[in-house]
Amino acid sequence: MTTVTAGQTLPELTYDVSSTTVVLGALATRDWRPQHHDYHFATERNGVKDIFLNAPNQAAWFERYVTDWTGPLGRLGRMSFRMHDSVFPGDQMRFSGKVTDLSDDGTGCRWASLEITLTVDDRTCSTCSARVALPVGPDDNPWARRGERWQP
Amino acid sequence: MSDTHDLPDEVASWIDAVRYEETGDFPVERGYIWTACASVENGNPLFWDDKAAAEITEGPIAPPSMLSTWFRPHHWAPDLDAQRLPLQVHFDLKDRLGLPEAVMTDNTMTFHEPVRPGDVLTTRQRLRSVSAEKTTKLGTGRFWVIDVEYHNQRGELVGVESWTGFGYARSER
Repeated sequence: MTTVTAGQTLPELTYDVSSTTVVLGALATRDWRPQHHDYHFATERNGVKDIFLNAPNQAAWFERYVTDWTGPLGRLGRMSFRMHDSVFPGDQMRFSGKVTDLSDDGTGCRWASLEITLTVDDRTCSTCSARVALPVGPDDNPWARRGERWQP
Repeated sequence: MSDTHDLPDEVASWIDAVRYEETGDFPVERGYIWTACASVENGNPLFWDDKAAAEITEGPIAPPSMLSTWFRPHHWAPDLDAQRLPLQVHFDLKDRLGLPEAVMTDNTMTFHEPVRPGDVLTTRQRLRSVSAEKTTKLGTGRFWVIDVEYHNQRGELVGVESWTGFGYARSER
């Protein structure tokens, strides 16, 4: 990846969500709850307009968004997210992100702090903060860090 | 955040104590890793290209965000008894503090040693804090923070999920 700087924006990712996206995401995370695959349960019991993406699958989308940008040497240390609104079939998800900080810890590991937003039209559906380790140079591999040298 | 003096003794004794240690139902396996990557179209070569995985991560690994996937119970199994609750401490708190409603407000995952195919993980829950009583627009109750720690079969910490919950009784209207 090219040189990273604080304030830099990440390339946007858009994705058209279908019922298959929602069901596949739920089953891939072993989430059998009916609001993620049963339209009638979602609309009649939960009172929402359709089945909707589950939280662990959203985490997987955020991970993909971060590592699409870093490449395979990027190593996630920490990720937190908060869901504000649901994502339904027919929605187009839009992921956008920004580097809010870039710093080296006491072990020489370089960390980028990211703020990421998942929106659908003008709705902010989820927000995520991530901390990802980046290689300092061509010979550095954050995945080689263990024990005291890995402080996520 | 903790203000243990007004908590029931039993609840206060749970803070920082290890509870509900449990081993996963099955070893981490690549089929699930590929299905999870397919569900979000994640083409990271660490999960698809053995040569890249050998060079970068000393072999295949699982996407870090799959941490909790390895602990969701089977939908059915011949010897499955009562349905297990994935965050039992949360439900214990609701019960003991008499707070019938609860929401999760925040989730933070911290990733340590990579999870690899064949790993058998264990999980345990640890209550970290319980707030004094607070009133929000939902009602009156308490915030709490629960850590779910994950270890591999070598005893290495692979990750921690930290959940903030708010247990409450609805406001009278």
